[in-house]
Amino acid sequence: MIYDTFIAPFAEFEFMRRALVGTIAIAFGAAPVGIFLMLRRMSLIGDAMAHAILPGAAIGYLLSGLNVFAMAGGGLVAGLVIAIGAALIARTTELKEDASLAGFLLISLAVGVTIVSVGGSNVDLLRFLFGSVLGLDDQTLLLIVSITTLSLLALALIWRPLVLECVDPGFLRSVSRAGGPAHLAFLALVVMNLVGGFHALGTLLAVGIMILPAVTARFWARDITMMIAIAVASAGVAGYTGLLLSFHAGLPSGPAVILVAGALYAASVVVGPVGGLLWQAFPGRHLEA
Amino acid sequence: MSTLRCAFVALLAATILTSVPAAAQERLKVIASFSILADLVKNVGGERVEIGALVGAGSDAHVYAPTPADARRVAEARLVVVNGLGFEGWLDRLVKASGSKATVTVATKGIKTRKAGGGQDHGHDVDPHAWQAVANVKIYVANIRDALAAADPAGADAYRANATAYSARLDALEAAVRSAVAKIPAARRKIITNHDAFGYFEAAYGIKFIAPQGVATDSEPSARDVARIITQIKRQKIPAVFLENISDPRLMQRIAKETGARIGGTLYSDALTEANGPAPTYIDLIRHNLTTLAGALTS
Repeated sequence: MIYDTFIAPFAEFEFMRRALVGTIAIAFGAAPVGIFLMLRRMSLIGDAMAHAILPGAAIGYLLSGLNVFAMAGGGLVAGLVIAIGAALIARTTELKEDASLAGFLLISLAVGVTIVSVGGSNVDLLRFLFGSVLGLDDQTLLLIVSITTLSLLALALIWRPLVLECVDPGFLRSVSRAGGPAHLAFLALVVMNLVGGFHALGTLLAVGIMILPAVTARFWARDITMMIAIAVASAGVAGYTGLLLSFHAGLPSGPAVILVAGALYAASVVVGPVGGLLWQAFPGRHLEA
Repeated sequence: MSTLRCAFVALLAATILTSVPAAAQERLKVIASFSILADLVKNVGGERVEIGALVGAGSDAHVYAPTPADARRVAEARLVVVNGLGFEGWLDRLVKASGSKATVTVATKGIKTRKAGGGQDHGHDVDPHAWQAVANVKIYVANIRDALAAADPAGADAYRANATAYSARLDALEAAVRSAVAKIPAARRKIITNHDAFGYFEAAYGIKFIAPQGVATDSEPSARDVARIITQIKRQKIPAVFLENISDPRLMQRIAKETGARIGGTLYSDALTEANGPAPTYIDLIRHNLTTLAGALTS
């Protein structure tokens, strides 16, 4: 019974195993990035960047058809241009980063939609852009896993300046010049992970699996390492449970995964030990005793 | 002076007179909702008709969004030919919005419809893809012939002759389909495809089409649907998996890999291809589908 419910779907069907590998790989790449986005109050940037990728993916599609790597490459370039452009404008002019990014995002979205519509038969492209976790082929899996590996290595490399810039940017600027490059590298990581997730699972899932586990983890830990561990774990659990839900209840798989991630978040808001509602309602009783 | 004026008036009259037959020769403007229908109208209308399709070759009529240019073309048309049966849900509004005075003809009038199979989240219950059975298309042709004759009585004879000639070609096509299907062993006459637009083909010719998705191309399959279809292919020993030109191919490839079924090629269902593609006309479309099916199922 337990075997039938929780293990058999994956033992029996390869597409379920692939979907699981894909979502877990994305969890390892995207969740840590999500934590930093949240800590830097850039949680909505993920959403913005997901739209910014569209024209690049569309151009990649027009140039070489439904090639995963061409489309991912195009998305990567477009996302990086916009991320770096927005960051440069924010650092050299009066405009704040969110505002300059919003400007870029809207232009980019319009360009993307225009390219998609002018490019003729757009149905395939949309199917590709909104991807399906159930149809992961070797190429796409390879892309996701490479992106995750790269992004974990890169995070390890820029870890110190990144953490410092989250907690005390002024201090970082006084002791090191690593802040700017680290920030740009971090934006590149955001784009990369979105491209990976975007390709396999669609815009919704890519951004959702980045942000929801991060905001969930915030209710369970104060320590950034712990937070990342919890975020990765909750993203993995969401992927696994979401796939099971899709398998047993017949729900569309992408939204199912995000719904589970959302449910974990909602539960954490209530019972999470770090600033959760229940803990605020009964504050510090065990300390008084 | 007066002779000059006379000559001038005569000249003017002559130009007007000669331009009147030219105006009568102006071709009847007809708009069809999608490419297959446009091909049929072209065959029946011949030289007398100027035909345009709203949803062109290679595009999906299910997810089509009308543009202002389309509204203008509809407004200019004398006749609008649609498939009906809920296939073009967007068309009524487009015709109203364009302010067109065109007659709207439903080409499927008089066709024996069948229910859509497996379409769980679908607005309508009737399967609109009636053109997949050649016998139905003869009814389409008759309806188009009558509509053209009503809109342009002077050409009625020409339309009748064209329709008769085209129907003869359809009869030959029907015979070719039947003999090709007869060559496929009965146990192998089933395929799996990601679009069940082939219900009428299935009913007419006895090749079973099993689909992992509903009738519309806009429903995302769940893990349960995919698992069921894989189990079904394995259990029923379905020999071939077919891709279709307007749905996600990666899912099909995954299913084929997982079951060992052969990927049969591309079947065209809702749209013709461009002129250089394998299915630029309706007859080519059916022939292409037939060769592809036979190739995957006989060996």
